[in-house]
Amino acid sequence: MNSAVTSFRYIGKKRRTKEDPRFVTGQGRYVADIVLPGMKHVALVTSPHASARIKSIRTENALALAGVHCALTGEDLCANVDPLYVGVDAPRVARYPLARGVVRYAGEWVVAVVADTRALAEDAAEKIEIDYEPTPYVLDPEKAILPDAVLVHPEHGSNVLYRRKFVWGPVEEDFKRSHHQLSFNARWGRSATVPIETFGVAAQWHPGTQLLDIWASIQMPKFPDQAARALRLPGNSVRVHFDVDVGGSYGVKRGIKHTVLVGYLAKKLGMPVRFIEDRLENMRGGDMHGPDRSFDMTVAFDGDGTIRSLKIRALDDVGAYAGRSPLQLGKPVGAIVGPYKINSVEYEPISVLTNKTAQEAVRGFGQAPTNYAIETAIDRVARHLGMDRIEIRKKNFIAKDQFPYLIPSGSIYDSGDYLTVLDKALAAIEFPALVATRDAARKAGRLAGIGIATCLEPSGGNSAFEPLFNPKNQTTTWMDSCLVRVDISGAVTGVMNTSTAGQGHETLVATVLGEVLERDPDTIRVVHADSLNALPSNSPVGSRMAIMLGGAAAGAAKKIKAALMAIAAHNLGVPEASLVYREGSVSVGGDAKKALSWDELVEIAHRQFHNLPPGLEPGLQAKFVWEVPTGGGLPTADGRIQMYPCYSFEVHLVLLEVDPLTAQPKILRYLCGHDCGTMINPDIVHGMTYGGIAHGIGAALYEKFAFTDNGQLASQTFMDYLMPSALEVPPISIIDHCTPSPLTEFGQKGSGEAGYLGAPAAIASAINDALAPLGHSIDELPMTPLAIWTKTQGGTKK
Amino acid sequence: MTERLYPIKIEVNGAQVEAQVPSRQTLVDFLRDTLRLTGTHVGCEHGICGACSILLDGEPVRSCLMYVVQAEGCKVTTIEGLSKPDGTPGALQDAFCEAHALQCGYCTPGMIVASHALLEANPKPTQAEIRDAIGGNLCRCTGYQQIVDAVQLAAAKLTKGAK
Repeated sequence: MNSAVTSFRYIGKKRRTKEDPRFVTGQGRYVADIVLPGMKHVALVTSPHASARIKSIRTENALALAGVHCALTGEDLCANVDPLYVGVDAPRVARYPLARGVVRYAGEWVVAVVADTRALAEDAAEKIEIDYEPTPYVLDPEKAILPDAVLVHPEHGSNVLYRRKFVWGPVEEDFKRSHHQLSFNARWGRSATVPIETFGVAAQWHPGTQLLDIWASIQMPKFPDQAARALRLPGNSVRVHFDVDVGGSYGVKRGIKHTVLVGYLAKKLGMPVRFIEDRLENMRGGDMHGPDRSFDMTVAFDGDGTIRSLKIRALDDVGAYAGRSPLQLGKPVGAIVGPYKINSVEYEPISVLTNKTAQEAVRGFGQAPTNYAIETAIDRVARHLGMDRIEIRKKNFIAKDQFPYLIPSGSIYDSGDYLTVLDKALAAIEFPALVATRDAARKAGRLAGIGIATCLEPSGGNSAFEPLFNPKNQTTTWMDSCLVRVDISGAVTGVMNTSTAGQGHETLVATVLGEVLERDPDTIRVVHADSLNALPSNSPVGSRMAIMLGGAAAGAAKKIKAALMAIAAHNLGVPEASLVYREGSVSVGGDAKKALSWDELVEIAHRQFHNLPPGLEPGLQAKFVWEVPTGGGLPTADGRIQMYPCYSFEVHLVLLEVDPLTAQPKILRYLCGHDCGTMINPDIVHGMTYGGIAHGIGAALYEKFAFTDNGQLASQTFMDYLMPSALEVPPISIIDHCTPSPLTEFGQKGSGEAGYLGAPAAIASAINDALAPLGHSIDELPMTPLAIWTKTQGGTKK
Repeated sequence: MTERLYPIKIEVNGAQVEAQVPSRQTLVDFLRDTLRLTGTHVGCEHGICGACSILLDGEPVRSCLMYVVQAEGCKVTTIEGLSKPDGTPGALQDAFCEAHALQCGYCTPGMIVASHALLEANPKPTQAEIRDAIGGNLCRCTGYQQIVDAVQLAAAKLTKGAK
């Protein structure tokens, strides 16, 4: 830890989480565990074609089965609900839960069958007959942007959802001044976080109160509002229960089409309805594929390794529909130069529609692919100049004394000490010995490589990319909130306003409340409000909750503390300035005889109005709504804007060897140097970092939603979509460093995307280092054994 | 549509269970939907992820790949059966809490079942043996590291306790 960090009572300490005991005993409460009396179940009929006109749908045979209640088609549904939210200005790219008239990808939902059991619903789904007329489709995003391309949504007039060329700083001048430039293409394959729990949602309509109850496995900003709007209900007629445990998400559990479908069915049928995706429905039509991105990169640099300017063209294939997916090209604007002093940038994001499964948010919201492209550029420049990959990074790092640092695209990085973190990581892994190990393997005739990546994790998620990518969207606040109550017994309860997917928010809130109020976090209960009880929140996305929920909890706790101090001052007859607060008791200068205990203060607050200072509300409760620090601004005309407030930093160092027979890479060493400011709970931060690295290893080497030439998803089970197990993920060392953020209560930054934002770049760097002696490189993820084998079979490149 | 039902007798977490079940009902659906033992989770339904792991006569198996009629006469132990009688964590589960060997908790029951079976057979496993034993269970949260730590911690505690 950095010496600048003040000592904390509970923050940063090894402490057990509040959530773990219920999960280890099988007492989590996930959406599939929710059973409502008389509940019905949904199965789906999905499109077998990448593109087709629906000529007819016959449901009679399905409906003839006893216990089948409904076979809903898109025609019926779309007449009664509004289209789902689209993140950019493309209102004619209409998206509904079920296809209407045409299907636009293989796996798209066409008919929803409701029956007494899921098995019966599946039986009935098999009896639905649909006639399709296959139509032309487009799968290649580069072809999709050509003028004569087949249109996925003809009403939109183009397959381009969003395209703009930003120029930040003197790009052309910097290119002219530079001694060298190089260009390359880097390809990030279509993968996703693929939680072990699929999406699920249960809904119940209450005609007497005109209220729709929803339980859903979701992690979605403004989810209740989106559901209510699509269902044409007032916001206060939809109650989303945020106390449902979510079995993993890491970004993708948006589930809005699932919820609108099930909410509509529950209301229409007057029966509780539940839909839990099976794995096939999830992989093909769950709309949870991640970025699928092609980068054309040009770098301008000098002979000494100084990188002056970057030109980035990023073409992202979002599939057949768009929610927030095009905005995943926007978030990286806030860290478009990585940790480097790059003077100017040209950035051309292009979001394009194709006849594939729709893309959704994935951990990092587009930052991991961008970091991979930037890091690949740094490695290539080093190789071009014959420079050491570490030296070139050190040369270009923003220095510790340059913060706060304004980057060309308008964001200010809050703090950092990149050089120190890199040096600590190099020392911890004993880098010269690592090099010697690699070289010994090479000498023995094996392919071995060292990977290096130094990347940023923007955190504290605001929505600045919304007005940047859609001028009609004037959202400039992404607040989060906390309500704290001290009850008559003196017990403390914190109320948070979203669901949680494993990030440990209950522990976060309890730790922060405990820290400020000096009460044992183990005695503090944290509950999840439902959406009608909730204060404003924007859900746990964008590595924001340590910052935003933590900040809101601290703000509310400070109000409680202020009330206790006011009560004490009034009753002890002294000015507040003479009072000392310690572990919930308040005394005059620490004198135990002139003191009021926590219990006495609580008693006055709840029962003794006559002893309350004038103007103080009785009871003891406080809410705090916090705007994202540095947020609130709109973009300039040239597209500069402050994105996220806080910037965590990570170094990845990897040693791997490639099996000469199978071309399977084996990771021998993995170390991550990590600086996310003050850690609230180190076990939680480390866990997410390990998990992010494992996920990054998957994206770099194994995981891909591959499509056949006729638009069928080829990797639709866990037999073909390969996720790393404990045998592929190596032991990982994490070296912590703490550069506190000046913008947050305790110096904390975000860490929810840690590991994933640098691991793919580091693995790619290692593979390419292994291939370097042969003169080869691979610039496409995942770097599968076949891709590596193909390179190694050619021998040394002449 | 009425389905023909078959009588079964199985022992679940030490209790005798008799039921009439359809031939196509999987063991996991029976445990979750009929017995309401919802600690066993459904992840992939094709035998890869391991979230639905239970102990069948002491061996870890995928309850999504078995029909409940195939468990006739067998002893089934689920995550609920590994807790203390009052529902609080047993020794291995406590080690998972101590090492924070989980995040979302969805794969956790399966991980604990696989780890339990390992420790029954091999009370002092190496890290490599632990990774091998949980190699058939996918976790997307943890990167497995803290799970390996937890199993080692449990092994140390259980071995010490046995002395």
